Amino acid sequence: MSDSNIVLDMKGICKTFPGVIALSAVDFQLKKGEIHTLMGENGAGKSTLIKVLTGVYQIDDGKIILDGKEIRITSTGAAQKHGISTVYQEVNLCPNLTVAENIYIGREPMKRGAIDWDTINKNAKKLLEDRLNLKIDVKKLLSSYSVAIQQLVAIARAVDISRGILILDEPTSSLDINEVKELFKAMRKLKDEGMSIVFVTHFLDQVYQISDRITVLRNGKFIGTYEAENLSRMDLISKMVGKEFNNIENTHKKSREASFKEIEGDFVKTHKLGKRGTIEPFDIDIKPGEILGFAGLLGSGRTETAKVIFGIDKSDHGTISIRGKEYSYIYPLKAIQEGFGFCPEDRKVEGIIGELSIRENIILALQSSMGILKYLPMKKQQEISEKYVQLLKIVTPSIERRIDNLSGGNQQKVILARWLATNPQLLILDEPTRGIDVGAKSEIMKLVMNLASEGMTIIFISSELQEMVRCCDRVLILRDRVIISELVGEEIQEKAIMKTIADGGISYGEN
Amino acid sequence: MNGKVIKFSGFKIKQANVSIYATIILFTILFAIGSVSYDNFFTPQVFANLFIDNAYLIVVAVGETFAILTGGIDLSVGAMIAFVSMISADLLRKGVNPVLVIIFVLLVGIIFGTVQGYLIQKFKLHPWIVTLAGMFFARGSSYLISINSITIENEAFTNISSLRIPIGGGSHISVNVVVSLIIVGVAMYILKYTKFGRTIYAIGGNENSAMLMGLPVAKTKILVYTFSGFCSSLGGLLFTIYTLSGYGLHCNGMEMDAIAACVIGGVLLTGGIGSAIGPMFGVLTTGVIQSLIMFQGTLNSWWTKIAVGMLLFIFIALQRIIVIRNEKRKTVISEGKVSS
Amino acid sequence: MEKTKYENIFLKFYSMAIFWPLMCLITIILINFILNPGFLKIEMKDGHLFGSLIDILNRAAPLILISLGMTIVIAVQGIDISVGSVIAISACVSATVIVSNGPVILAIGAGLFAGLLCGMWNGFLVAYIGVQPMVGTLILYIVGRGIAQLITDGKILTFTNKSFIFLGTGYLLIPIPVYIAIAIILIMYFIIRKTSLGLFIEAIGVNREASRFSGINARKVIFSLYAICGLLAGLAGLIICSNIKSADANNAGQWLELDAILSVVIGGTSMSGGRFYLGGTVVGALFIQSLTTTIYSIGVPPEVTLVVKALVVITVVLIQSPIFRKMLNTSSITRNYKLKKVAKL
Repeated sequence: MSDSNIVLDMKGICKTFPGVIALSAVDFQLKKGEIHTLMGENGAGKSTLIKVLTGVYQIDDGKIILDGKEIRITSTGAAQKHGISTVYQEVNLCPNLTVAENIYIGREPMKRGAIDWDTINKNAKKLLEDRLNLKIDVKKLLSSYSVAIQQLVAIARAVDISRGILILDEPTSSLDINEVKELFKAMRKLKDEGMSIVFVTHFLDQVYQISDRITVLRNGKFIGTYEAENLSRMDLISKMVGKEFNNIENTHKKSREASFKEIEGDFVKTHKLGKRGTIEPFDIDIKPGEILGFAGLLGSGRTETAKVIFGIDKSDHGTISIRGKEYSYIYPLKAIQEGFGFCPEDRKVEGIIGELSIRENIILALQSSMGILKYLPMKKQQEISEKYVQLLKIVTPSIERRIDNLSGGNQQKVILARWLATNPQLLILDEPTRGIDVGAKSEIMKLVMNLASEGMTIIFISSELQEMVRCCDRVLILRDRVIISELVGEEIQEKAIMKTIADGGISYGEN
Repeated sequence: MNGKVIKFSGFKIKQANVSIYATIILFTILFAIGSVSYDNFFTPQVFANLFIDNAYLIVVAVGETFAILTGGIDLSVGAMIAFVSMISADLLRKGVNPVLVIIFVLLVGIIFGTVQGYLIQKFKLHPWIVTLAGMFFARGSSYLISINSITIENEAFTNISSLRIPIGGGSHISVNVVVSLIIVGVAMYILKYTKFGRTIYAIGGNENSAMLMGLPVAKTKILVYTFSGFCSSLGGLLFTIYTLSGYGLHCNGMEMDAIAACVIGGVLLTGGIGSAIGPMFGVLTTGVIQSLIMFQGTLNSWWTKIAVGMLLFIFIALQRIIVIRNEKRKTVISEGKVSS
Repeated sequence: MEKTKYENIFLKFYSMAIFWPLMCLITIILINFILNPGFLKIEMKDGHLFGSLIDILNRAAPLILISLGMTIVIAVQGIDISVGSVIAISACVSATVIVSNGPVILAIGAGLFAGLLCGMWNGFLVAYIGVQPMVGTLILYIVGRGIAQLITDGKILTFTNKSFIFLGTGYLLIPIPVYIAIAIILIMYFIIRKTSLGLFIEAIGVNREASRFSGINARKVIFSLYAICGLLAGLAGLIICSNIKSADANNAGQWLELDAILSVVIGGTSMSGGRFYLGGTVVGALFIQSLTTTIYSIGVPPEVTLVVKALVVITVVLIQSPIFRKMLNTSSITRNYKLKKVAKL
């Protein structure tokens, strides 16, 4: 590994936010002409490291050395000036401008004081053909092309501005298999011409098809950089998740008292339920009283599956039947009235109603299931709120406080309380212990087990495999938006889950 | 509107231009209806009168377009016209040099627009509430000068007002028309050939992307209101010359006519799509509707309002349908969680 | 330092949202009193109460109605600029019925129904088609007066029907419009705060997505709010036309939409939606009306109130803007810091 080959050297990068250490002494080296993939689970620090490189954040400590010289990246403009170009997950271009204009806006060639459209169009066409093998009409509006093509246009702009370093931040999230193949073809061509690419993705198969080297981060720490061909899938997952495969012991699963309720017919059953672009059609038969886990890496589709079951995302395929009644799609109010509850993962956007009080947040779902006319009397509202504040040990001087004054963990508890207050028969918990301190975590897990033993059916989504293993009766394993496997009872072990995720896969073209 | 390129005797019609052609066709149809229904309609002078009577509105609509293209709006334009008419009339009757009056009034428009733009951009206030307040302010200020109307007798102004420029075919146009056409031409150039103009479109298309691409978003957002302010004061000047009077009640509610003209002229109210020439045809369209009703003789002039309103509704609904169809066509962006 | 009981009560009052609007209202009444000591005098004549204060309440009634409607629409991040035109439509509809010797009940019903229909139209555009509120209500703003003129055939209708006129000019100790306003305030309070509607409105206004997760049907709620707003504008139109005994399509309700927005904003409801204050809006409307009266009594042309209103609006929205508040804070902090440094010397 000759030093002259290293174009970017990041040493000991540290970045802290209030209450969170995002990056702690992270190293990252990028060689000329390589595709280097950055991997890590939620909270690993991937996104923060990228934002540090692109100038969105400034580092608290550490050194960034570009082409042998130490630099400071103080803003997005500065990053671009240093020749570091980025293409983000959402295509950050303007849909109402032409392809050519999107590539050149802000740096248009001028002729006699006016924008030289001929040159722009000619150069854009040449740029796309030469560097990305893309032959399209550059005079058409960007919006008339698919997202995949738009992404390539964004890459073309970035490549033209870049002086050797290109960052692709989750560019494949909205592409189908063929489109990803085209993207990889373009990336390989760029690499052959000497471009150094930092690639961020959470799709396992893509990582192996395109990467030269892989860097793994976990909990803000640098775990290691590996040659892709030398790192097995199993090892990669172990490093991301933090469990050495061979060191994991099998947990003895206590058999839960048969608390599976006996009901006539099916409880909740889906038949090829799906939503194009979000989750492949799936069949699930949920048994009343069971704790059903959804396992998988970040981005595998666990949340999407749950959202389609709850009706917050309208399914466009298949049916769901609840206690025998069949629906081609449901919506949240219907789901709630049928006894479903959904405690979402992203509490800021989908959970808390910031300016409203704790009390109002807690009774909201219950109130909406009762309709507009039957207003819960204030006393009852206070009663319910106090009950759950006690039960979940929510720290607050009063239930009238605004919810956005609480800590993240307490906010999460309030959202959980909101759903418990509706006395659901099927409760979906999406990462219920994220952002909660260790003590509270075990409180909530105990609560979940209690609820299950009283007969509540629970769908449990968590990235903490140990939690899943301890409490689930059945686990569905997802990968790349498809449910690939199922583990039951004693089969549910961390090793088994990790192995299932690692095996299997889809091809993305020659390496 | 599938991005198809239609070849028509070697003349390529771009998708972006379809709406302008739609407006022109609409205008032509209306004018044809008039020509068929009434004698003396199909004369060059009737056509020229559309410009003479609405030159001020064309200028204002052009300024309004700049604001709407960035996703904003300017509700103060009608009030500015009244304000400008009052200032000019008052200064002129006090004997101030007409050239100075013109310069002063244009400066007032520029400053007024810039203040609005600054409040909107710097403090992230809604454009419609800032310009609504601007509207109150300008109209109220007109009355501070005088509650009665003031007739303009200044020679320079009256001469310009009565000047008729023959354009052949026995018809003529006024100075106002020339000014308005110049402004339309200047605006078209700015929007197509300057970085400022292209940044306007970028902001309207996706402000966040524009910022990430390093474009001068803040400066541009303020400047569009400066330009709109300038156009409304210039339009005010043209209106003052046209009516030779200053009055606080002038152009009550006319900002809505300007906005309607923009919408009919293909300017998308959510920003990013539109041109400078479309609104001109939008003004001509509403103008021809008014002429039709006038020629009809029996219908009251308020039918114009209803017709314009209906047209506006149709265009807004169409805009909305197109936007919805475009959103459905796009591949669904993954709703997965953003990685940390 | 122990706080006395009175200090505690004051603190509680101070933190209520209605404190500032109330202070503004008291200030303007005091100003009026200083300029004209007879301002606060109320006397009994012919069995009714008379006085400037009664006048303000009377004139403010229609404004209170449309401001209440405007409040709930703004709370869900919307706006309705068509209320003035809806007033014109409702006034012309009912006047037409009266002039054709129709029963008063029909006139009232028709006016209310016209307002409701307009509101439903706006609600349909905004909630179901998804048009921006400003744009959607713009249509009725332009077309409304044209429709009103269509109904009256371009004429200004006048009438003398005693029963109908009673609505706007009658007295039962205090003017009838005041009773109507009070009744509507109570009804609004009931349907919004005594059902879960108020909670849903605020939830939708703060976080529409999270509300959706909780099962709230935002579309239905938003549609009904615009319908209510239209209905209230219809009622306001009835009062106004019966008060001046005529219906003028061009001038009825002119500028009232701007006054309504002002009342809402002064009353403490934020333009970005969320928490809203019906009481604050009522106080805000009374303030606007008092402001108009004050300026009128000073002898300044009434149109000048527009300038004052403009400055008031800008001041209020600036104060509501977090960026502006930060600017103020940092500058006062630096000032304090400098003062402390000087004090240390």
